[in-house]
Amino acid sequence: MSRIEILKTYKIYIGGQFPRTESGRYYVAKNKKGQALANVCLSSRKDVRDAVVSARNAVGGWSGRAAFNRSQILYRIAEMLEGRRAQFIDELIKQDSSAKDAETEVNLSIDRLIYYAGWCDKYQQVFSAVNPVASSHFNFSVPEPTGVVSIVAAQNTALLGLVSVIAPAIAGGNTCVVLASEDKPLCSVTFAEVINSSDVPGGVINILTGKPSELVKYFANHMDINAVVYCENDTATKKLIQEKASLNVKRVLFYDTINWKNDEGQSPYFITDTQEIKTTWHPIETVGSAKAGY
Amino acid sequence: MTAEKKIVTVPDFRYSPHIDHVGVEERASRFTKRSIKAESKLNGLKLTLNMIDLTTLEGKDTDGKVKQLCYKARHLHDAYPGLPTVAAICVYPSMVSVAKKALGNSGINVASVATAFPSGQASRDVKIRDVKYAVNNGADEIDMVISRGRFLQGDYNFVFDEIAVVKEACGAARLKVILETGELVTYDNVRKASDIAMYAGADFIKTSTGKITPAATMPVTLVMLEAIRDFYYKTGKMIAMKPAGGISKSKLALHYLVMLQETLGEAWMNNHWFRFGASSLANDVLMQLEKERTGVYQSANYFSVD
Repeated sequence: MSRIEILKTYKIYIGGQFPRTESGRYYVAKNKKGQALANVCLSSRKDVRDAVVSARNAVGGWSGRAAFNRSQILYRIAEMLEGRRAQFIDELIKQDSSAKDAETEVNLSIDRLIYYAGWCDKYQQVFSAVNPVASSHFNFSVPEPTGVVSIVAAQNTALLGLVSVIAPAIAGGNTCVVLASEDKPLCSVTFAEVINSSDVPGGVINILTGKPSELVKYFANHMDINAVVYCENDTATKKLIQEKASLNVKRVLFYDTINWKNDEGQSPYFITDTQEIKTTWHPIETVGSAKAGY
Repeated sequence: MTAEKKIVTVPDFRYSPHIDHVGVEERASRFTKRSIKAESKLNGLKLTLNMIDLTTLEGKDTDGKVKQLCYKARHLHDAYPGLPTVAAICVYPSMVSVAKKALGNSGINVASVATAFPSGQASRDVKIRDVKYAVNNGADEIDMVISRGRFLQGDYNFVFDEIAVVKEACGAARLKVILETGELVTYDNVRKASDIAMYAGADFIKTSTGKITPAATMPVTLVMLEAIRDFYYKTGKMIAMKPAGGISKSKLALHYLVMLQETLGEAWMNNHWFRFGASSLANDVLMQLEKERTGVYQSANYFSVD
């Protein structure tokens, strides 16, 4: 007897849960041939709001974890992704990748997670400094996570573009709200399932699907977001983001010219992009000028 | 005490109506599904602010903390012009004089918990002195707790008499009677305790101390609102309501207002007849109001902590 295939409902990912969009709207994701691939949630601004609340609540716990533990968890995501290679390759092919490109993209995505897993407990040392000052103070600067990062992911790479921007943000102790590629949303939802089974606390990564044209504004003007990442090269949208982000002086990061498939797609500087430098002055007795006692 | 001389027969509280557990929860959940348009929402949010008893009831409360909270009560968010103030500040008796002085002539009341709050496990003499101490220091409202242990033993007369003497000790201050519904176990008991409190002279009935969970829930509040309605039909006397504890989001507060409107009606929709006992609700309401005003989702970073 022939069997009816059970199709997956592609839902969004907020606070460790898979709700449908609050708006009840959806759109049909199609490939280039015009074949319908899935009904995908068309998220609304209220989904953004809910996601930011979850992300904000998760900041304390995530940034407070030992750097080494964050590293373990990123590594765990890579492990889980490895186990699901076939599914991701299949989805990428459905979304117009060639078999070879799909495999390369999944491999690169896994490797990129491993790369940032390695950096989790190292970037602090590389980018911290002990500063020479002209008074008797021990003066040092360390990077600290900025908080909630909103990310509008690249449109053309369904998985790699997503992983390449999420990984550095969370490696640095931030939490994030991500808008996946509108044209190629399948991998983002499946990636959320990977995250869900990788010991990543709920709320650290929130993934929405929908139209950038509707949601970018809220990614940029929400007062509880500390940095906004935009991966496309649309002049009008960039201007909008810069204007709206000025409301609470967000960090604005445009990754519009980066080819995620190359080595330029990974660097510890992507981590420091969403870090704030804290400088501490600690009073000391200057050893050299002390006459006795040392 | 002289205002109403109408003769009311005290009923046998053993025969208070039984509550349909499933029905009341179903009914309460219906109130959460109303569509509220932007303009009504704005008015509802402002009304909510105006109904808040801004509360600090911690062992670690200091004069400074209370003064700060009083300042907050008077200046909720100065960036937003034309905001109402909260209804009252709710503190321990030892802080009443501090709060009274800090609030001055702002029109904001000082409410004080009393009668060995929150457990209520003290002798009647101690409780009455506790109340008088608060009243003498200038408390406009007294929040008493009932003796839940005695109530659960079935000693309804004891509970009734205690409320009556506390009411007498209050003098001109309005009396809120805290049932601590989280310890009463059943809706039947909540209804019974509400009836006892109202017949014994309560001006308000209040759900919880905020010290145990569950605190205020919508079904429990609905049971109490319906008790108030029945009491009003029987005696013609309005009783005020105060859900307290666990209401920290403005959306939930709006649900409560819907429930109030649909159960008791327009006459109760002001801070003389309805209060929210809350500490963090005010900031959430302010954030929603700012969101409506600016069109931008807000962050807690830009609002005073307390």
